[in-house]
Amino acid sequence: MGRAIALRLALAALLACAPFGRVLAQALRDHDPLELDLSGVVNAVERNQLDLALRRVDALLAAHPTFRLGYLIRGDLLLARTRPLRTFGNAAATMVVPNDKLEGLRAEALARLRALRDRPSSTRMPQYVLQLSPEEKYALVVDSKLSRLYVFQNVDGLPRYVADYYVTLGKRGVDKMREGDEKTPIGVYHVTAHLPRQKLTDFYGVGAFPLNYPNSWDRSQGRSGHGIWLHGTPSDTYSRPPRASNGCIVLANPDLESLARFVRIDQTPVIIADQIDWTSAASLEAERRSLAAAVEAWRRDWQSRDAARYLSHYSRRFHSDGEDYAQWAAHKRQVNSAKAWIKVDLSDVSMLRYPRERFVVVSFTQDYRSNNLSNVMSKKQYWAKEGGAWKIIYEGPAGAGPGRFKERYETVRSVQAAGDAVRRGRRVHGLGG
Amino acid sequence: MLNSSALRPALGPALRKLGLAVFIGIALTSRMALGDELQEADKLLKAGAYQQALERVDKILTSRPNDPQARFLKGVILTEQGDDKDAVTVFRNLTRDYPELPEPYNNLAVIYASRGEYEKAREALEQSIRTHPSYATAYENLGDVYATLAGRAYDKALQIDSTNSNAQHKLALMRELIGGPPGSIKEAQRVAAAPAPGALAKATPEQAKPVAAGGAGNNSEPAKPEQPKTKQATPPQTKTAQATPAATPSAGKAPQPGQSEAAGAAPPERAIVATVENWAKAWSRQDADAYLAFYAKDFDTPRGQSRATWEKLRRQRLKAPKEISVTIASPEVHVAANGTATVTFRQTYRSNLIRSTTTKTLVLERSGGRWLIREERVGR
Repeated sequence: MGRAIALRLALAALLACAPFGRVLAQALRDHDPLELDLSGVVNAVERNQLDLALRRVDALLAAHPTFRLGYLIRGDLLLARTRPLRTFGNAAATMVVPNDKLEGLRAEALARLRALRDRPSSTRMPQYVLQLSPEEKYALVVDSKLSRLYVFQNVDGLPRYVADYYVTLGKRGVDKMREGDEKTPIGVYHVTAHLPRQKLTDFYGVGAFPLNYPNSWDRSQGRSGHGIWLHGTPSDTYSRPPRASNGCIVLANPDLESLARFVRIDQTPVIIADQIDWTSAASLEAERRSLAAAVEAWRRDWQSRDAARYLSHYSRRFHSDGEDYAQWAAHKRQVNSAKAWIKVDLSDVSMLRYPRERFVVVSFTQDYRSNNLSNVMSKKQYWAKEGGAWKIIYEGPAGAGPGRFKERYETVRSVQAAGDAVRRGRRVHGLGG
Repeated sequence: MLNSSALRPALGPALRKLGLAVFIGIALTSRMALGDELQEADKLLKAGAYQQALERVDKILTSRPNDPQARFLKGVILTEQGDDKDAVTVFRNLTRDYPELPEPYNNLAVIYASRGEYEKAREALEQSIRTHPSYATAYENLGDVYATLAGRAYDKALQIDSTNSNAQHKLALMRELIGGPPGSIKEAQRVAAAPAPGALAKATPEQAKPVAAGGAGNNSEPAKPEQPKTKQATPPQTKTAQATPAATPSAGKAPQPGQSEAAGAAPPERAIVATVENWAKAWSRQDADAYLAFYAKDFDTPRGQSRATWEKLRRQRLKAPKEISVTIASPEVHVAANGTATVTFRQTYRSNLIRSTTTKTLVLERSGGRWLIREERVGR
């Protein structure tokens, strides 16, 4: 029994947290079955039922024969029968251990078990999803610190939690800045394509969903790199450690297949945050209303053709692909004064707060009509609060927005040319890939 | 993973234990009931005359086909001959007919282990102990099997081949279990003769015999490039270079700087331009301390970063390229009534990684006889 206690202590030391008995079955109803099985193993260990724990881990491994963390626990449960355990993952007792791999599995155990304990509750919402447009049926939000991807369903424009998954992120963490830095970007993205298994090597598992990194904000910040995908796992492992990719978001294959139900090309926002800031539904709604009112005022003031009122919604640090505030203001004054009438209608409005930044990405379909020009376009604006009032700091076509026409940037060979291209704001619209 | 050839050396101690168990069992029972013929067969076995021993036992079994002693001895002889298949049949039948005997389970386990079937070995040993809770050899073997199974599980967990170190581990395990459950007299003597548990590292040459390390590390995951490589589909190969590589665009407020009235560069303006030039020089020298010293304490860090975070990032970015050159051109200085100065200039940044020219604006304030940067942004 001394050995059982040793294992218990080892697990407790690993988890450094409250017992799992507190996990409510209710909250776990729709949870990842593998993690439910894993919690069954841990529960048995905590109750000192090591034989039961071993039977459970064996059943888990029978169902998921490449779940490496399961083997680590199995190793401990077997070794506990012959000697006291000193830590979680006692592989060092039987072999020369590659420490990075062992630490990776320990970190995975921690991430998975913490996620089991800290369930999202229906009263907490991620502060990033202020409003979803009707075509954004679901939104994905990644909590990098917890190695977790949460799926929210669009219910009347508001997010409702439906599922969450363990994810692997960049081996050097988050906040991607440049190509090859092995980091996952922080920001608001969307899925741009689906690559089925047949088009991929085994390394990507059952499929992949590329993201539109770098987005326009990333580019304005000088961030480089490409090929950030959501993808599956190679066939020789069920999952990978929390920090192991070169920047991609990696899910277990069954999880990726489950996630695929929620993903629509160009219509599923993917928000990657350092750590999700959860907020109450009431305060999220207050924020949404305040921003919606500002957007509506902007629309009305544009219709009024009163340039001063219209421009009052724009920040002095505003820019729009090559134009600064002064140029924008001069141009708009000129255009608006020449109009006899303007009618602007907005639809499919989406509002997503940008993690780490102080602005909200507002995108919508804009139906603009006037006495001499009419068009329908997808637009994207960044709204930030300045002195308590919402102001537009960026406006441009929503090439990178959900459900819009895609944009494609020219491939540039030299750094100098790239710099020039970005400065001139050259952009090619079309059916990009 | 363990392979069968690699397992052979590890089997040595287990087989010896098997042998020991057999001889003890036979020696103890022989005093009571063992006939001359059986003793004769046992002698032949000990002498290594397996075939003759087998013939003698078969002869006994023709007259007494159910004699457990004879059947057991036959199983041992077959095991020593390497006829695992028939030995398993003999021992399995014995466990069926005499489930209360621990030895047949134990010996089944040893054969299973020799084939690398550790799960089956474990089952058999657990059964052996259930029938005879004080059977020391079974305990010892079971500890061995658990440790091997644990090692295999760890192998799978960590994707390595630790066959070699597993062999050493067996030795350690035996020593550690010594002094556990009570055993037979001979077992107890073995216990007394065994070295102290502390001497784990001192494996005898035989026990530490290196195993051919074929495939060691073969299962470790190769360092795959993450940049997606597809057979048919290719991710967008868009390369967008940084327009403002090392610039820190400020999210701060943007008071519109007026046109400079300092065309003649009056002394304050001169000092301000000199400050900006020195700032660019410190940056070019990649001298982070000197560079950061140009920033005021209340510098408006981008994106609301903490000062410490921002400084850390700046140090990293200054350090990252092999070389940096920052030059400024056409500075326009405007000193506001409140004493703050706004300088707008063309900044040309070159490093081994990137090159870019941007318009940049610095807002400076005077503090302790120096002009310090309070805001920094791209553009005017």
